[in-house]
Amino acid sequence: MAGASGRHLLGIKELSAQDIMLYLNSAGSFKDILKRDIKKVPALRGRTVVNLFLEPSTRTRTSFELAAKRLSTDVINFSAPSSSILKGESLLDTALTVEALGADIIIIRHSSSGTPHMLSRHLKAHLINAGDGTNEHPTQALLDAFTIKEKKGGFEGLKVAIVGDIIHSRVAKSNVYCLKKLGADIRLVGPATLLPEEFRELGVSTTSSMDEGLDGADVIMMLRLQLERQGKGFFPTTAEYFRQWGLSKRRLEAAKPDAIVMHPGPMNRGIEIASAVADGDNSVILEQVTNGLAVRMAVMYHLDERKEQ
Amino acid sequence: MRILVTGGHVIDPSQEFAGRADILIEDGQVKTFARDKKLKNNLTGPQDRVIDAAGMWVVPGLIDMHTHLREPGYENKETIRTGSMAALSGGFTTVCAMPNTNPVNDNPGVTEFILKKARAEGNARVLPIGAVTKGQMGEELAPLYMMREAGCVAFSDDGRPVANPLIMRRALEYAKGLDALIISHAEDPLLSDGGVMNEGLLSATMGLKGSPAVAEEVMIYRDIALSELTGGRVHIAHVSTLGGVRVIRQAKERGVAVTAETCPHYFSLTQEAVSGFNTHARVNPPLRTQRDVEAIKEGLRDGTIDIIATDHAPHGRAEKISRQFDDAPPGISGLEAAVPLSMALVGQGVLSEMELVRKLTQSPAKALRIEGGTLREGSPAELAVIDPQRRFVLKAEGFISLGKNTPFDGMEMKGAVVATVFGGRIMEWQRA
Repeated sequence: MAGASGRHLLGIKELSAQDIMLYLNSAGSFKDILKRDIKKVPALRGRTVVNLFLEPSTRTRTSFELAAKRLSTDVINFSAPSSSILKGESLLDTALTVEALGADIIIIRHSSSGTPHMLSRHLKAHLINAGDGTNEHPTQALLDAFTIKEKKGGFEGLKVAIVGDIIHSRVAKSNVYCLKKLGADIRLVGPATLLPEEFRELGVSTTSSMDEGLDGADVIMMLRLQLERQGKGFFPTTAEYFRQWGLSKRRLEAAKPDAIVMHPGPMNRGIEIASAVADGDNSVILEQVTNGLAVRMAVMYHLDERKEQ
Repeated sequence: MRILVTGGHVIDPSQEFAGRADILIEDGQVKTFARDKKLKNNLTGPQDRVIDAAGMWVVPGLIDMHTHLREPGYENKETIRTGSMAALSGGFTTVCAMPNTNPVNDNPGVTEFILKKARAEGNARVLPIGAVTKGQMGEELAPLYMMREAGCVAFSDDGRPVANPLIMRRALEYAKGLDALIISHAEDPLLSDGGVMNEGLLSATMGLKGSPAVAEEVMIYRDIALSELTGGRVHIAHVSTLGGVRVIRQAKERGVAVTAETCPHYFSLTQEAVSGFNTHARVNPPLRTQRDVEAIKEGLRDGTIDIIATDHAPHGRAEKISRQFDDAPPGISGLEAAVPLSMALVGQGVLSEMELVRKLTQSPAKALRIEGGTLREGSPAELAVIDPQRRFVLKAEGFISLGKNTPFDGMEMKGAVVATVFGGRIMEWQRA
């Protein structure tokens, strides 16, 4: 249902390396289009795309909206705060209503893990998971992989450090599944309260030592620290967090000189990443944003080809 | 009216009997229990009936000491009428109704309502369990004496733990004077912290909040320690973890009078059942790992776990299928699948047929100090006839219970309740 022939993009978990490469390769073609004077193609003219965002988001929603417009679709934005009345039956009703309006592709973001999976059992439209709770954020992982491929040429044996609040990060998890399938060597770095050792069962290493994690790394992915985790016992203070897991110029020295630094945004400067690094030569953070458009165009383009069985 | 149950393989742990026996029922009582011999069929009355039990198991009516009948308050999920009929269909002639209704059964008025309703339209025998604390809020003791007078057979805040250890201590001390059993929903809520499935790699990779096994283990330890301190009798509900089994085993070894139950889903399924965000596998305590399943079976085998109960927790269809996992209510509709799931333990060599039936009849009766669970001459004629060889595919839509919520839907089962005798009636059940 969600594999190569799958009608939805629910997560990276369900994809094969081949599925992932299909999206990455097509994204390359779409990126070329985005460099033209006229950045729009009629590939999906007449299709309707609905952005159903039930959790605050500007960046991802805007990226999907623009990607959909570049494909000549009609886009509707349906945003709402993640309130309890939009959970449960009324969420399903909302989605069914959106579908009845003629949506061909529904892009869903919700604070509950598994929301797109639940909706996929009831809807005929193509679903794209734009982030579900602490489960997955597949298009972010695809755009990160695309960026890595552009910068490093490939994935095999590449040393990738992912740093921060792993347990609560859908970005980290989608990236782990994605880069693992593509052959990268992954180290997860963070405080033990936010990085369960069970992750090792996925074939990645875990460490609470930043120096160890960054040693010889080709790619460093920093995660956004949810500030509300402070005061819940996960770590004492943001200052202490930065001292141990913040990416400073000095810490960056442990990685390879040509290592790239990534961040899904929005950044907490001075908490997980120093401004000097975020804006420094190793940073590819703004390129990630640009690549996000191409990757999302590729995903919509391919899903649209897949008709209901 | 007389009923002759003839030719069956009778298993009655209260008489330590398993073998060929005929049973003659007269006026709703077991008149003759004829061991190892056939009674002559000299029934002549127009109402008289013969049950040919050749090839069948005949067992005392099963007792479920952990049932949610949902009435009053949640009649969309289940009612006393439907839940008690589902019980009979599952072979249970006695069910103990947990108090987390609306209003909560925390006073004799609600207890009387349940009993009255059960008398008027109930099918199986319904024995209410009262709340330990008012509103199950864990703060003030409910009027246990008056509720016991009204007919409550035990007390529990099931659905939630008595989180405050001092309140639990007082409850056990107070209940001791009433010779009342306190049933512990063993979960440390600060450790489970809103978890919706078992904590581990699977919860982490699904992005679901995990509830660690230790949340159960430490609470079982606490309640056993408080039982030792006070002398109050405690029963541990729905044991699901290896650590929990170990703590209970150690307590029994040093002579603590604790009893414990588990439920069919804890020895039949692992947490993998929630994959794909299957809300039908969301239950509290959550489904655990293979190691825990093995430990539960070992606990059943060595007697650490005395009782199999269903924790029948029916929910409306929409509540489960149109909600996200963390928003769907926990619980499994269990009454109509418990017998085949439990009989698998005999096939696996975990329990003898005698021990299996004991955990569904005599042991719950003993823990609750109630009558029943026996086919002794003179006792009420309550029994189930089970075809141990019958294979069928479980169909939730075919449940009598309003709750069609089960992760076992569509699975092949072996062992079917084909008839139940209760209240002078014979009910026969068709399984697809």
